[in-house]
Amino acid sequence: MARLCFIWVLVLFLFSGSVLSAVAEQTLDSAAEDRAKLLFSELRCVVCQNQSIRDSDADVAKDLRIIVREQITAGKTDREIRKFLVDRYGEFILLKPVFAWHTFILWAAPFLLIILAGVLIFRAGRKQSQVVEAKLSGEEEKEVARLLER
Amino acid sequence: MIVELGHMALLIAFSLSVFQSIVPMWGARTNSSKLMATADISSLAILGFITLAFGALMWAYATSDFSVVNVWQNSHSQMPFLYKLSGTWGNHEGSMLLWVFILAVFAAAVGVFGKNLPTTMRANVLGVQAWLLTTFLFFIVLTSNPFARQAPALEGKDLNPILQDIGLAIHPPMLYVGYVGFSITFAFSIAALIEGRIDSAWARWVRPWSMVAWIFLTAGIAMGSYWAYYELGWGGWWFWDPVENASFLPWLSGTALLHSALVMEKRDSLKIWTVLLAIITFSLSLLGTFLVRSGVLTSVHTFASDPARGLFILAILSAFVGGALFLFAFRASRLEQGGLFAPISREGALVLNNVLLSTSAATVLIGTLFPVVYEAITGAKISVGAPFFNLTFGALMIPLVLVMPFGPLLGWKRGDIIAVSQRLLFALFAAIVVIILAYGFLERGPWIAPLMMGISAWLIVGAFAELLQRSGLPKVGLKTGFARLAGLKRSIWATAIAHAGVGVTMLGIVFVTAYETESVAILKQGEKANSAGYEITFNGYQTRSVANYSEELVQLTIRKNGKIVRVGTPSKRFYPARQMPTSEASINTFGFSQLYIALGEVKPDNSVVLRIWWKPMITLIWLGSVLMVFAGGLSLTDRRARIGSPKLAKNRNLGAAPIG
Repeated sequence: MARLCFIWVLVLFLFSGSVLSAVAEQTLDSAAEDRAKLLFSELRCVVCQNQSIRDSDADVAKDLRIIVREQITAGKTDREIRKFLVDRYGEFILLKPVFAWHTFILWAAPFLLIILAGVLIFRAGRKQSQVVEAKLSGEEEKEVARLLER
Repeated sequence: MIVELGHMALLIAFSLSVFQSIVPMWGARTNSSKLMATADISSLAILGFITLAFGALMWAYATSDFSVVNVWQNSHSQMPFLYKLSGTWGNHEGSMLLWVFILAVFAAAVGVFGKNLPTTMRANVLGVQAWLLTTFLFFIVLTSNPFARQAPALEGKDLNPILQDIGLAIHPPMLYVGYVGFSITFAFSIAALIEGRIDSAWARWVRPWSMVAWIFLTAGIAMGSYWAYYELGWGGWWFWDPVENASFLPWLSGTALLHSALVMEKRDSLKIWTVLLAIITFSLSLLGTFLVRSGVLTSVHTFASDPARGLFILAILSAFVGGALFLFAFRASRLEQGGLFAPISREGALVLNNVLLSTSAATVLIGTLFPVVYEAITGAKISVGAPFFNLTFGALMIPLVLVMPFGPLLGWKRGDIIAVSQRLLFALFAAIVVIILAYGFLERGPWIAPLMMGISAWLIVGAFAELLQRSGLPKVGLKTGFARLAGLKRSIWATAIAHAGVGVTMLGIVFVTAYETESVAILKQGEKANSAGYEITFNGYQTRSVANYSEELVQLTIRKNGKIVRVGTPSKRFYPARQMPTSEASINTFGFSQLYIALGEVKPDNSVVLRIWWKPMITLIWLGSVLMVFAGGLSLTDRRARIGSPKLAKNRNLGAAPIG
């Protein structure tokens, strides 16, 4: 069921207006096209439900692909192209959020959590070994010594 | 009439669950076996009445009774009978009913199969489950009544075309059994916290239940992934969409739970953590089912039309999750820890597994919720999409799969890492061979792909190291070796197969991600296109009208080396009732790979636009899941799971401490 509404929304967008009207687009030479494809998969089709412009057939996605290819041909770097698109569409267009202060928690969370887990486990381990020592002290130790002497 | 009876049954079930929410738990407090015993009967009665209600709704769907609003909105008299039936849960109200139906099944199952539980524990568990039942029945009755009537309509508005598929009959029920199955571990945890007592016997009861839930969740997710793959018509199989993440989250923490419960069962350790994981897993299941539905996660949403529902759902979530965590914070310290172990040990490996799985679950959760929270705080929109998840989740998975073969080989309490490494040398060797072969034979693609293939091979081969070790193969000779293999405990086989399954899935992902090709072809009749050595000829198309849709059907012949190997008929359907088109791709399996052809459009000049993908080794992704599901089932048939919880002798007072 969980997927149903997702599929439903996807379908609404996927088929609104242009139903897979996949007209062969003017592609670049293979190296530049590979670079373009990589960029496509990082850019959101802004009207779609969580689809990159690489996968989408919406008109907006097509336009965006054309823009990206133009920029590549014009010799822009990936960073410049991303900036160009962010200026026009906002950060919403980046499927991979930038690494900055406002996204710090997002990017840092995995590392922070691993470190936190490490600290917790280390502390638990120390506590544990203290327990072991405590268990062997006192009455029991005497008993052990007595048994060993025998 | 039957519909009214269904509504009635729902109300009766609700009253009974209110009763069961209070009486048995009161009995557990006052040690009254009479009050506690009521839960056995009421849980069965609740199941009976919810079954009636569910059956009534299904009947309304089967007979296309368009005087029921829900049926009118989501069904069509011309639909195939199977889709009429599965349409019962292809909408909000019906799916909620399915949800509580499964919840009632599990609750009754505890009553029936839990006879060997200590009575107070059983009463508390059934009580907690009744809380859940009460809440969700209340939610249904108040905001999502599936039985509402209207003036009879002549024809229904049809089921969403994309749902008119065998997938709808299988995927949601499976996923729900998975989600709801974890309610049992949740109820057990709350009961343990209430009683302030927990031991390895508790884990022995909880583990099979979590396993059942996990099996269905695994199968449900895999099935859903394949469904989206063939139905959506653009060949994607996982999108890191909030809704998918919502089903993946309980899977991740549920997997962690299975492993930590293992430590608890065998070594009486990690108790508090296991209880917390059980609570978290079900909380994530709730999140999966409901938060998505409330319209908080995605701004564009089918069910967001009713804000009251959304608020209700948030209230339920915060009450159960918040309440459980609150209880945990207060009572967890009462649960005694036991079982010491060195860092390098089976326990240590399982702790590492838990750290990585929980961190990846947290990462996916944060990534899923981040845009919502960010927008709420700053008002600006931001996206967190597939590239983010692939990077972070992938980075967390690599250490996990690298250490996975070590885990089962390490001894409990204290393991010998050097001896274990020696036993895994052959897996390392296999990995290196695979990497060399991949670099040698696969020309195109990213440099990292062969490396990842090597890691998959390491995982697949390494998974069977324990089997080899225990059988003494190849040293003892084939005959003795195989005899020993056959005699091994099924849980050992299960571990090996499940771990290998992860490797198989990973191999499929690596292959298809790195080496898939995609092309667009515009063909006139008789023209050909090529993809991965296959030649696709367009023979012509026809337009036809079928039941509740019309379609354009394209005939293709697929040739390899001039010989016809397949005939493909991709089509585009149009459903007039909903004014919606769908695309039916032609998917041709060759070995483990697939040639995926979707029809774009038929142009006025009778030429067609085809999108053609070559998806190398893609079926491994789902075959790996099949292995995992099979392994889960196998471990359930293990002697330990069957007779794991000791039966108490008759005529004994069952109120005392559980047997450990």
